[in-house]
Amino acid sequence: MADTVLGLGWQESRRVRWKKTLDKVAPILLSFGLFIGIATVASLLITVATTGGDRLSWTLITEYPHPNPANAGMRSAILGTIWTVGLSALICVPLGIAAALYLTAWSENKVIKRFIEINIANLAGIPSVVFGLVGLSLLTYGLGLGRSIIAGAFTLAVMTLPLVTVAAAEAVKTIPEALIHGAYSLGATKLQVTRYIILPRALPMMMTGAILAISRAIGEAAPILVISGLLFIRQDPSSIFDRFTVMPLQIYNWVSRPQVAFQELSSAAIIVLMLILLSMNSAAIALRYRYQRRLTL
Amino acid sequence: MTMLKELVRDSMELSGADKRVVVEAVNLAVRYGNRYAIKNINLQIERNRITAIIGPSGCGKSTLLRCINRMNDLIPEAKVEGRVLYRGVDIYSKEIDPVMVRTVIGMVFQRPNPFPMSIFDNVSFGLKVNGIKLSKTELMQKVRDALEKAALWDEVKDRLDAHAYSLSGGQQQRLCIARTLAVDPEVILLDEPTVSLDPISTAKIEQLLRNISSNYTIVIVTHNMQQAARVSDYTAVMMPDENMVGGLIEFGPTKEIFTHPRDKRTEDYISGRVG
Repeated sequence: MADTVLGLGWQESRRVRWKKTLDKVAPILLSFGLFIGIATVASLLITVATTGGDRLSWTLITEYPHPNPANAGMRSAILGTIWTVGLSALICVPLGIAAALYLTAWSENKVIKRFIEINIANLAGIPSVVFGLVGLSLLTYGLGLGRSIIAGAFTLAVMTLPLVTVAAAEAVKTIPEALIHGAYSLGATKLQVTRYIILPRALPMMMTGAILAISRAIGEAAPILVISGLLFIRQDPSSIFDRFTVMPLQIYNWVSRPQVAFQELSSAAIIVLMLILLSMNSAAIALRYRYQRRLTL
Repeated sequence: MTMLKELVRDSMELSGADKRVVVEAVNLAVRYGNRYAIKNINLQIERNRITAIIGPSGCGKSTLLRCINRMNDLIPEAKVEGRVLYRGVDIYSKEIDPVMVRTVIGMVFQRPNPFPMSIFDNVSFGLKVNGIKLSKTELMQKVRDALEKAALWDEVKDRLDAHAYSLSGGQQQRLCIARTLAVDPEVILLDEPTVSLDPISTAKIEQLLRNISSNYTIVIVTHNMQQAARVSDYTAVMMPDENMVGGLIEFGPTKEIFTHPRDKRTEDYISGRVG
């Protein structure tokens, strides 16, 4: 027995050799998927940086769109994005957290709970342009909000709501039951358990989910295109009922122009947009890191 | 809280109930879905005494304990049948709020579960959620009393602002006991409180339980028969039947249970032949 396991017979077995080969090939095959992902991102970054890098300037951020590429900027698009996405965050983050708390800590009817959960998951899978169309018919025409910031904000809020809700519900589920039971055993009410035990611990993770959802909203062009149309705006928004445009639309606008200068401008605008998204994702990661450190204290 | 105490007073006057009995289970049964976990439990818990519940794993000791302060309400599938009386008042009747029950009947869990906050905040948590308004000095006094009763004061008096997780496991469990004591309950339920602790920490907790037992009614679930013999005045022995439904097979003064068990199964269990 020992001979066959440790001796020459073992080394010569073809099956064993085949297994060893597979073991060596496996990481190469598996890392291939990773390579494709990284290569795509890298080529994208390189293309954007080489075409748009020279066009990066303060003009791009501080100036309004202009027929002359040398003077053109995306000030109105940046402000429009800040207004629309900021407002939508104010709407969807509290609503999403409330919905998640209700689903995880309050709702007692299992059937209804399951039904809502499935539908929220479905909602997260709906193409964003559909949200834009719903917003257009319901908010722009139905409620007469017009092609305004508030209509865009509500549309983005409804679109991001399921993402925020799912992330927040997951955050609540990570809280040890022992802590919740401990609070109940001291005579805390459901609201107090939510307020003192669940929320403080789940909030960082909830915010991480919310930031990622919001950064998706920043990059979204389709629903806003449906609501606001392609616009040439040369003034700052002053109220939530103003018309607006956003960064992805500005990029789309420039990239569809025939002049090379505008193509380069759009690449520069993409760099700005990506920097914003990257910094938001870093903020999310930093939050999560801080949260984990607090857990292990 | 006041409502429960008023109800208690009224019903005590009416029934002239035995004042030594604080908690009584009458034909108590718990089922998860269609499967009964415990059945036909009749048990009287005496005031200012320590009652131990012993028995093999899965016999429903913890289930029975959680019935006494309505913690089973938190498990959606659990259905409680029969009655649990606190000083003659059925705590499962419609007009009783489970939140009130838990302020009078506190609980300490298997694993230390301090809240992720400071030592001070842990102890004052119960006072805060129960809306008890206190001045700073009164609050400090309450926290100190609770920590002293839990034999933790000397170890933490200089660092009440430290995070509770900086304490050792045994200290954390004593903190959980202090947290429960701060609410000033009449009954304290302990669900295998020393199962995750070393012998020295265990001895400290047993000692503190003996110290506070003159003022509190204590029910302790334990796997450890020596522990039951050391700390308790009364012992209840639970055993699952052939369908794995837990039942109470023997109850009496601890000395008698351990020296002259009436039930053969108790004798086998205590002497280590089963379980």
